[in-house]
Amino acid sequence: MDDYEMMVDAYKEAGGDDVFADSDVAHIVLERDKVLGTNSVDGLEVEVKKQKKGMVAVKVTILKNYKISNPVHMCFGVLPEKGKQIIDMEVEVEKNASVEIMADCVFPNATEVVHEMEADIRVHEGGSYLYEENHFHGDEGGVKVLAKSKITLEKESEFKTIFNLRKGRIGEIDFDYESVVKEDAVLEMIAKMQGYADDKIRIREAGDLIGKGSRGYLETKIALQEEAEAEVLNELTALADGAKGHVDCTEIIKDNAIARAVPIVDVRDPGAKVTHEAAIGSVDNTQLQTLMAHGLDEEEATDVIVQGMLNS
Amino acid sequence: MEKRKVLEVNNLNLELDKSKILTDFSFDLEKGEVLAVIGPNGCGKSSLAYTLMGLSGYEEKSGEIKLNDEKINGMPTNKIAERGMTLAWQEPARYEGVSVRKFLSLSLKSQGEEVNDQKLAEALEEVAIVPSKYLDRKIDDTLSGGERKRIELASILLMEPEVVILDEPDSGVDVVALNNISQVIKDFREKGTGVILITHNEEMLQMADRSILVCNGEILRKGEPEDISRYFKYECVPCEDENYQEHLEVSTFG
Repeated sequence: MDDYEMMVDAYKEAGGDDVFADSDVAHIVLERDKVLGTNSVDGLEVEVKKQKKGMVAVKVTILKNYKISNPVHMCFGVLPEKGKQIIDMEVEVEKNASVEIMADCVFPNATEVVHEMEADIRVHEGGSYLYEENHFHGDEGGVKVLAKSKITLEKESEFKTIFNLRKGRIGEIDFDYESVVKEDAVLEMIAKMQGYADDKIRIREAGDLIGKGSRGYLETKIALQEEAEAEVLNELTALADGAKGHVDCTEIIKDNAIARAVPIVDVRDPGAKVTHEAAIGSVDNTQLQTLMAHGLDEEEATDVIVQGMLNS
Repeated sequence: MEKRKVLEVNNLNLELDKSKILTDFSFDLEKGEVLAVIGPNGCGKSSLAYTLMGLSGYEEKSGEIKLNDEKINGMPTNKIAERGMTLAWQEPARYEGVSVRKFLSLSLKSQGEEVNDQKLAEALEEVAIVPSKYLDRKIDDTLSGGERKRIELASILLMEPEVVILDEPDSGVDVVALNNISQVIKDFREKGTGVILITHNEEMLQMADRSILVCNGEILRKGEPEDISRYFKYECVPCEDENYQEHLEVSTFG
């Protein structure tokens, strides 16, 4: 079995969709710094350049007025127990173009794996970019994910990012996303994850709503147990008339877990409005007791509630 | 239907924060019987439900609770449910991200039964909810209180319990939902499920076989629903009334 097959198999085994044989679905498969497979479609340009050992530069361009119909799959991963993958990503969504990217990050055997991503994303006027990042980790927690993004949303563009941990333990996650949102553009960032053992989660999401009528929505949902820790810093700054935003952070903790949430809402125009909600606590007692009155034990009931929150 | 005691409560006492909440509660429930527990708000009706279900924070100070001749005092709530007693809350919980299908499936799974959509649909139809419109909906703020009540009842129907405690099933529901809930209570009775119907609305007593009037954490009267209804409506003195103690002394216990 070659590396490509191993990578795709690991992804499918972890629960990913079987899309790589479909010629209508654009994809790129990267194992550490090796490009194992690519497929492109009309309107999409992908350039991959190996920079130095362990580092790859990926440039994705969605050409003007193109609407890519099927989601583009980017499968990143490290197959061995130890290794490093560094990706320098540049994304240009040109005027009135749209694309949905599914980034599938597969680290099935990780005991000491580092995955670093630095992204520069620009969505031009009227463009739309949906980025869904699904992680498939092993059970050892030996993955360190460091992701940094700078996002610029031009007039009337849309950007949405969703992070899901689909399998395994978090390990260590450190996200730092900064965005600038111009006139009538819409920013949406959603992260949902569950931490166990000594998992560590740090998320910083910041949006500057500089354009008239711009919108920002930041949502984080985290469930922690055992010794896991999470820190969430959500920042929305509204600087223009009609700018609106909402920050929502929910964290459920159990055992010795520690959760911190720091919502920063900064409004500098009387015609703007930003709201926030943050709730940290244990599982809701009425929900828990209702499920227990249906015959579920405490652990099963907690799991239903947590999975519900993460899937909402 | 065979006459058999499914629940016996003897001299049950509950204290919360050193305050007496329930004092010397004794009653029983037969298979397929509807027993109404009526009383004003704050008299201890819901506390009785929580104590019977063994909810955390509602551990009785003394007394005995027997379900099918087995003492269930101190059992965790899920073990009491496994033995056949469950509770429908006055304000059913919302579950972010949990679909009606998933919620109902849990009731079947907890009974060790295979989940199939046909059974789920039948339970929903029994509470007048259209399965195709609701199975994939989430049990969150998008459902009204009445809809959540009916979905909770559907999940209890799937459990086929021996005893169900319905805590204020009539509160916060419209007339249509109330008629439907009344029908579900009849269905429980026909299936042999004993119902403890907690209410502060004397009209609900029409559905009961027997009734208990609760006042200030004590059983003030037991008897025929019509008598209890009449007493509650026309003769009951508010607990905080200065004549309450005197009233207790002259009350006749059934």
